[in-house]
Amino acid sequence: MAGKGDCSMTHSDKNLYDLRLYIFGKTGKSETAIKTLRYIRHDLLQDNCHLEIIDLLEQPERGEDDQILATPTLIRRYPTPVRRIIGDLSELGKVLVSLELKP
Amino acid sequence: MTADRKAERLQNRSVQKVPTGIKGLDEITGGGLPKNRPTLICGGPGCGKTLLSMEYIVNGINRFGENGAYISFDESVKDLTENVASLGFDIDTMVAGCSLSISEIVINAENIIEAGEYDLGGLFSRIGHAIDSVTAKRVAIDGIEAIFSLFSNQSIIRLELKRLFRWLKEKEVTAIITCERGEGKTLISRHGIEEYASDCVILLDQRVIDQTAIRRLHILKYRGSLHGTNEYPFLVTGKGISILPITSMQLDYDVSGERIPTGIKGLDQMLSGKGYFYGSSILVSGTAGTGKSSLAAHFAASICARGKPCLYFAFEESANQIIRNMQSIGLDLSAYVDQGLLKFHAMRPTQYGVEMHLLTIHDVIDSFRPAAVVIDPVSNLTSIAVIADIKSMFARLLDTLKNSQITTLSTDLTTGGRYQESTEIGLSSIMDTWIVLKNREKNDHRERIIEIIKSRGMAHTASINRFEITAAGFVISKEKVK
Repeated sequence: MAGKGDCSMTHSDKNLYDLRLYIFGKTGKSETAIKTLRYIRHDLLQDNCHLEIIDLLEQPERGEDDQILATPTLIRRYPTPVRRIIGDLSELGKVLVSLELKP
Repeated sequence: MTADRKAERLQNRSVQKVPTGIKGLDEITGGGLPKNRPTLICGGPGCGKTLLSMEYIVNGINRFGENGAYISFDESVKDLTENVASLGFDIDTMVAGCSLSISEIVINAENIIEAGEYDLGGLFSRIGHAIDSVTAKRVAIDGIEAIFSLFSNQSIIRLELKRLFRWLKEKEVTAIITCERGEGKTLISRHGIEEYASDCVILLDQRVIDQTAIRRLHILKYRGSLHGTNEYPFLVTGKGISILPITSMQLDYDVSGERIPTGIKGLDQMLSGKGYFYGSSILVSGTAGTGKSSLAAHFAASICARGKPCLYFAFEESANQIIRNMQSIGLDLSAYVDQGLLKFHAMRPTQYGVEMHLLTIHDVIDSFRPAAVVIDPVSNLTSIAVIADIKSMFARLLDTLKNSQITTLSTDLTTGGRYQESTEIGLSSIMDTWIVLKNREKNDHRERIIEIIKSRGMAHTASINRFEITAAGFVISKEKVK
């Protein structure tokens, strides 16, 4: 087992996952997406993940930034390349492949 | 239900309308677009969809005090701003003044993974934000079906667009939504969006006929409202979109009893001694070289000699050519040109489509405000008219001129082989006065003759007179033709 050093490496900003989820109101689809993301962040990324949830119902001006049309939309901002996943993330296998958490 | 009661019921429920301010469109829709409802505009590329929607929005701001939101799927804000700047629309100032919100929706289908159920909440939120940010009453969504290329689940998009149309109604905005026209005859829009647009659907189309591009507008449906059902030609000019007809047929203009001398003594005599009626339309037909232009020039000079402005549309010759030619028969038109009383407008008939000519005529008349107009020859205009509609459009032009109490003299070149008392497009029936000029071979020379086929409202001569074109102009001989 590598020591604490390795561990702190994964915690450094450089390796932190940066995810952004856009939803439009608290709908069934957004709840499902949030639940899946929480699982990914906690169980698969050991919380090495910055997750921002933007509700366009409350912050409509934010939609321009990432050219959001469909909701929910998940954007993997880091690591690059930027990935864009739309839908309630119920197809977990697809989500993990696109986030490169699963080959 | 009787027709009357149905009409009454329609009237009571008749939709409120929002004027577009687009020349001609408000006339054929009976006042504009249905208020607080979405209107779908379908057309192929380059038909003028973007311009039409932009003009609608800008007119709302500049002329009707209604703010607007423009959402484009097709063009960048920068391109849009530049493209409409030539029409005098200052987009930047309107945006800065918070009367216009303009946003572009970038369609980039790369790297999108679909993993589960989704809707177009993001699109709704952005349109909603655009509307709310300026409290827009008018909305244009340009090129919406680009969205179909972005998502694999077309049935979701369909449902969402249907919801969008409903939602726009709930937002109480009057919206224009544009989309590409589909292929074939059955499809209106490429993705069948018209299914959701139950209130108003307008088709735009562009055809090339005889190497001239002709754009047309057709109101396919307008629920709860009477509307013109024809295909209306329209133009994209430096001032925006203009749709013909500019005015509809009306037959209730004032009739003048005042007379205008023809500029030719003998012809005045033939027309019960006083010449044409003020505000009437006159047709002069004849084969080549019979003196039609000379007769027209006499008329123009007669108007100008009375201090009134005359506009001369020349389709065959340049202004200088006409002035020189008329000098040879003793008419000095250049003096009137110098005084600003006579204005020539020369156009080559093949240069543009006939609609362009008619529209130009309207525009020039609008700015010059003449007492009389000469169209020499009108047959050149009609020779490029390929569709029956256009012929009736000329009738509408004459109608407009009559309404404005403008006396119009048109010359009509008839071809030798044809019966000379028929005109190219059956124009004679809408003319008040019809003069025919002929050349007849007689022994060793040609004899010029003039006759008046009709002249409404006056006791005109029925005799056929001989005439000469001399260095002192038209001279009609008193002696009757035997």
